[in-house]
Amino acid sequence: MTITTKPSAGIRVEKVTKRYRNGVVAASDIDLEIKPGEFMVLVGPSGCGKSTLLRMIAGLEEVTSGSIRIGDTDVTNHLPQERDIAMVFQSYALYPRMTVAKNMAFGLRMRGTAKADRDRRVAEVADVLGLTHLLNRRPAALSGGQRQRVAMGRAIVRETKVFLMDEPLSNLDAKLRVSMRAQLSLLHKRLGVTTVYVTHDQIEAMTLGQRVAVLRDGLLQQADTPQNLFRNPVNLFVAAFIGSPSMNFVEAIVGRGVATFGGVTVPLPEGSALASADREVVLGIRPTGFGPATGDGVPSLSVVPEIVEDLGDERYVLFEVDAPRVDTEETRAALEARSADDALLIPDERARFTVRLPGDVPVTVGEPLKLAVNPDKLYFFDPDSGDAL
Amino acid sequence: MTVTSEVARPAAPATDGRNGRIRPRSSPWITTGKYVALFALVLFFLMPVYALVVTALKSPAEVSVTKMWDLPHTFSTASFQVVWPAIRTGLVNSVILAIPASVISAMLGAANGFVLSKWRFPGADFVFPLILFGMFIPYQSILIPLTRTMTSLGMVGGLDGLILTHVIYGLPITTLIFRSYFAGISDELIEASQVDGAGMLRTFFFVALPIAPPAFAVSIIWQFTSAWNDFLFGILLTSTNYNPVTVALNNIAGAQNVPFERAMASALLACLPTLLVYILLGRFFMRGLMAGALKG
Repeated sequence: MTITTKPSAGIRVEKVTKRYRNGVVAASDIDLEIKPGEFMVLVGPSGCGKSTLLRMIAGLEEVTSGSIRIGDTDVTNHLPQERDIAMVFQSYALYPRMTVAKNMAFGLRMRGTAKADRDRRVAEVADVLGLTHLLNRRPAALSGGQRQRVAMGRAIVRETKVFLMDEPLSNLDAKLRVSMRAQLSLLHKRLGVTTVYVTHDQIEAMTLGQRVAVLRDGLLQQADTPQNLFRNPVNLFVAAFIGSPSMNFVEAIVGRGVATFGGVTVPLPEGSALASADREVVLGIRPTGFGPATGDGVPSLSVVPEIVEDLGDERYVLFEVDAPRVDTEETRAALEARSADDALLIPDERARFTVRLPGDVPVTVGEPLKLAVNPDKLYFFDPDSGDAL
Repeated sequence: MTVTSEVARPAAPATDGRNGRIRPRSSPWITTGKYVALFALVLFFLMPVYALVVTALKSPAEVSVTKMWDLPHTFSTASFQVVWPAIRTGLVNSVILAIPASVISAMLGAANGFVLSKWRFPGADFVFPLILFGMFIPYQSILIPLTRTMTSLGMVGGLDGLILTHVIYGLPITTLIFRSYFAGISDELIEASQVDGAGMLRTFFFVALPIAPPAFAVSIIWQFTSAWNDFLFGILLTSTNYNPVTVALNNIAGAQNVPFERAMASALLACLPTLLVYILLGRFFMRGLMAGALKG
């Protein structure tokens, strides 16, 4: 059986600001365009305004200034029930005294759909989501994963132009979350409904989103495809937030076409805008930007592994670098740490790098190791503004 | 050289076998002492109830102050037969009074509590303390304005005025009960209903009310008991034919020469309905009606 859907609508968020009565600004001047049928993920650390933005699109939160359009309609001042949206909540928010079937049919019932029509649609969606045998149960008699599917089903049944999802997978255990993530992707492909999805988990964001909008402190940092976010972060925050393990940062000096940190000199990538510059920068290297040194003239550094995390196929090697640690507001925000000490179990002024190596490279804790640096995988940021250079 | 490998087995933790929880062990003497003390206290607090029941069941000849703790030799329902005609009208009146006084008050309290916690309006924080303030107004202080108002409304003499008074006087407490109850419910449930297309009234009736029975049980027990036990408003606002049971009870027990067994028998009859309400509604306290709404 198939589920029928309406043609999807895009969402336009224009100069939207949300200021609470107590003066807290949860979103400021956000511009975002979501194309019809797109899967857009809003991601950021807690308190970045991603949920507020979603709730403003839903109409559950008033907009202080700016406008929101769904399709061709300006819905800025519409009540939630007047917007053609369906939402999946973090807590699922199932109606506890209604059966699964009634939960799913509630939205249709409120909109005056005929009973026969309601039953048919609930049956269709229940069939697709594997809920048919649960239709007469109350939510209390369901497992976490089943409740999650009912919440999803309640949204799908409505056949709306837009789906809004507020951390729908965060209450599931790790394994179920991964399989649900894949199912969610499949479901989106099948239904093609414009979806706005909020999460604080950057892996979820990268795997689900066709585009990902990164927010911080109520400001939109960058909205782009996962690839572009990873490859070309616009600033230090996005670079630190996206990618796992996160990017390594170190204070470095750029001059005469090379970057120097902790006694290591690396040539700048070809065509770098910094070729003729002479200044301090924050240098970022992804854990994958290193490889075992082959000794053919590639710049290398000698390190002493402190910790080796063996994952079978690959190893994460942690070592200290003889250069000051980068501790800016951006990197702290990406780690969700309030102070510099929060981020570290053992406070240390020196930078510590994480490197991903193939599993067959022999590494021993304490034994010196020579690593090659790939100059094409270097990122440079302004130490003051955090912008990419 | 022999290598001996010994696996250290952790000692099995002491459990009490019923729920597998580890409990602090205390000496059987202390446990026994605790139970003896608790039992003694139970007996002490049940003494008046015992006196009430045994005296009511004695024949008039058997009743005396010196033998008040003795069990009756023959169980006699004579006292009940004597007081029943005197108390019957009062009982019926009280039932007619207390049921609407508690149900209507609880319904209005539910609506109040809902808009004060889950569907807030500007000024809710100002209105709520104002309603709450009503709880602290003593009955006696409003007697004169109450009679004047009720007289001009033409509601003195029958039960209608008394019901209205109890409904209004109960609003602060029922509002407080429902507001606290609804405040404990996830906002997302209400938001889900909004997104699903329900407005305020339909969210109240379809989503909030079905999960409110525990709050209804508390409010109705409270309101029923206070309307049932009220004497002052009852004697003030009703004529003899519509007097509630408390007034009838007072007429029996408050006479010059009190026959104990009759007073006890009528008191026993008068307190049975409240007991019944407790037994019928009390189980709702325990039931978790929110189960399954959230992640779990």
